[in-house]
Amino acid sequence: MIQAVRKEKDQYLANFAEFERQASGAVPEWLHQLRKASILQVAEYGFPTIRDEDWKYTNLAPLSRVSFQLAARAELPDHLSNHWLLGLPGARLVFVNGFFDERLSRREGLPESVEIKSVSQVLAEQPDLLGRHIGRYSDPGEHAFNALNTAFLSEGAFVSVPAGTVVETPVYLIYLSTNSEQPFAVHPRNLMLLGANSEVRLVEGYVGDSEASYFCNPVTELVVGEGSVADHYTVQAEGAKGHHIGTLRTWQERNSALRLASFDIGGSLVRHNLTVTLDGDGANALLHGLYLGAADQLIDNHTRIEHVKPHCDSRELYKGILTDSSRAVFHGRIVVSKGAQKTDSKQTNNNLLLSNDALVNTKPQLEIYADDVKCTHGATIGRLEEEALFYLRSRGIGRQEAADILIYAFASEVIGQVRGAELRKHLDHFLFDWLAKSR
Amino acid sequence: MLEIRNLHVSANNKPILKGISLSLKRGEVHSIMGPNGSGKSTLAQVLAGRASYEVTDGEIIYEGQNLLDMAPEDRAREGIFMAFQYPVEIRGVSNMYFLRAALNAIRKHRGDEEVDAMDFLALVRSKMKLLQMDEALINRAVNEGFSGGEKKRNEIFQLAVLEPSLAILDETDSGLDIDALRIVAQGVNALRTPDRAFLVITHYQRLLNHIVPDFVHVLSEGRIVLSGDKSLALELEDKGYAWLEKEPVA
Repeated sequence: MIQAVRKEKDQYLANFAEFERQASGAVPEWLHQLRKASILQVAEYGFPTIRDEDWKYTNLAPLSRVSFQLAARAELPDHLSNHWLLGLPGARLVFVNGFFDERLSRREGLPESVEIKSVSQVLAEQPDLLGRHIGRYSDPGEHAFNALNTAFLSEGAFVSVPAGTVVETPVYLIYLSTNSEQPFAVHPRNLMLLGANSEVRLVEGYVGDSEASYFCNPVTELVVGEGSVADHYTVQAEGAKGHHIGTLRTWQERNSALRLASFDIGGSLVRHNLTVTLDGDGANALLHGLYLGAADQLIDNHTRIEHVKPHCDSRELYKGILTDSSRAVFHGRIVVSKGAQKTDSKQTNNNLLLSNDALVNTKPQLEIYADDVKCTHGATIGRLEEEALFYLRSRGIGRQEAADILIYAFASEVIGQVRGAELRKHLDHFLFDWLAKSR
Repeated sequence: MLEIRNLHVSANNKPILKGISLSLKRGEVHSIMGPNGSGKSTLAQVLAGRASYEVTDGEIIYEGQNLLDMAPEDRAREGIFMAFQYPVEIRGVSNMYFLRAALNAIRKHRGDEEVDAMDFLALVRSKMKLLQMDEALINRAVNEGFSGGEKKRNEIFQLAVLEPSLAILDETDSGLDIDALRIVAQGVNALRTPDRAFLVITHYQRLLNHIVPDFVHVLSEGRIVLSGDKSLALELEDKGYAWLEKEPVA
């Protein structure tokens, strides 16, 4: 076991040497230093194991078994370029196997002042701008995968919305992974800066070929300026052999409102590390999540909400539907700092098991250092209610349809949060297809 | 249309119904009365097809078919409807969606075309008027947050929309105030037709002032101990149920 981990680490160290050789030349000094410090961290600590409290239920062996190489440019097959996420109206940046695809990207309807660019372009044109922000909100030392992402930092999405700008067009950041000769790893790095009193809807989409063996390890830093209203959705639809370990760090200033939603509808081994920091009076955050597990998928959601300043609200609702021998982990921590009086926080995790072999580990946690706060949490794991099924059937609705209606109702509380009818419709359809397939 | 013969039913190996025989014809209204624990609701549940009861003997023939072989949804599609004593709350499913799915499932079974949204809305409105229901309830989740009276009214509203051949009312009157009781009873009376039979299960006689039955059966300890016409209900109201146990069964 220890040897496997060491070998795994060595692969990334070798990749890093190769990566540094390829990327020689115009790399700014700060980035060079940051990468080096990060890879040293990976070298020193390696990947977490199930002995780490935060990784207790998520065995990374499937990830350690494969030697993921640096990604190479690849042709995009039709079924991926026709994916429904690419059919949605909106502006978008598209990446294929980690490489920016200009042809598939478009600004469509964005105000001139809004910047959406590939990180490589920003590195070439305004390296200092990135240098001021990258790693400032999300600490590369937080866990091995953040460090790994930072070590290989070279591409991703940069979004900047100036103060006072209301963006009507949704912005999609789409990462496609397709077949390659060798298993490969990509480390997208996203930076999103929303100025004061701005408004925007951002969607990160991760899609993969069903046959492709890869590891997608994105890190996103999202800063929500004072008085801003933002939506950020993650649609994780990786391929059946795709591993996804995603880190999302949001940082909110005074009176800002952030609505986060996460949809796990793909992937083999999936882990999200979400940290929400409410660092200004009167900020509020809404977190929703829906995870669908089938076959032997593992979907792990680790969320952490940090209440730093007073009068902030947070609401979190994560729901899971699991069948076959899939597994899910929900670990939600709410941390209320000493100064964060009048915090109002509620966290809920509900799970629906559709098979005998599906398994959920759920662990809501409160850490409160202030004395005048309202915090509640709760978790449920259950099956479809026989009473409700019987009621529907007694009205003529068949058993299967009755089950579908109940499952759909369970999920719709999360899907219904999505603003943007097109995206909502596709998620609905996906759920229906998924239910039909998982019978 | 319904023939119950020597029905024995147990729950958790405990006998509850101990040989019930009953015959219902189209257009008839039968009432089943009896003290708590006599097996009234069990009879309703078994007719609707709840799986938690075990039929140990006897049979139920509905329109020439062996009812006990049929799944709950097939019974509903063949025209059986039970108004629940405790209607179930179904979170996240609107009354409208639920009822349209039910109506279409029944229509499909009959070989009729499915109703479209517009026709369905018109149908729903007319039936809601019949039960003096707040139209807002149609868009709310099924029974969720409904008052006791609203839930019972919602059951009869479903009955009105689905138009069954055999309607079973399981203590629909319990928990209703006199105004709500009157509205529910009026709704039921408006639905009485020469083709439709009703089985009205109740603990109290007062419902039968409004829904006047053709036959009254008294259930006690899992057996029908007395049958008669509507005057039997009045007699029970006078004497209570206690005397049943003292008198030997005729």
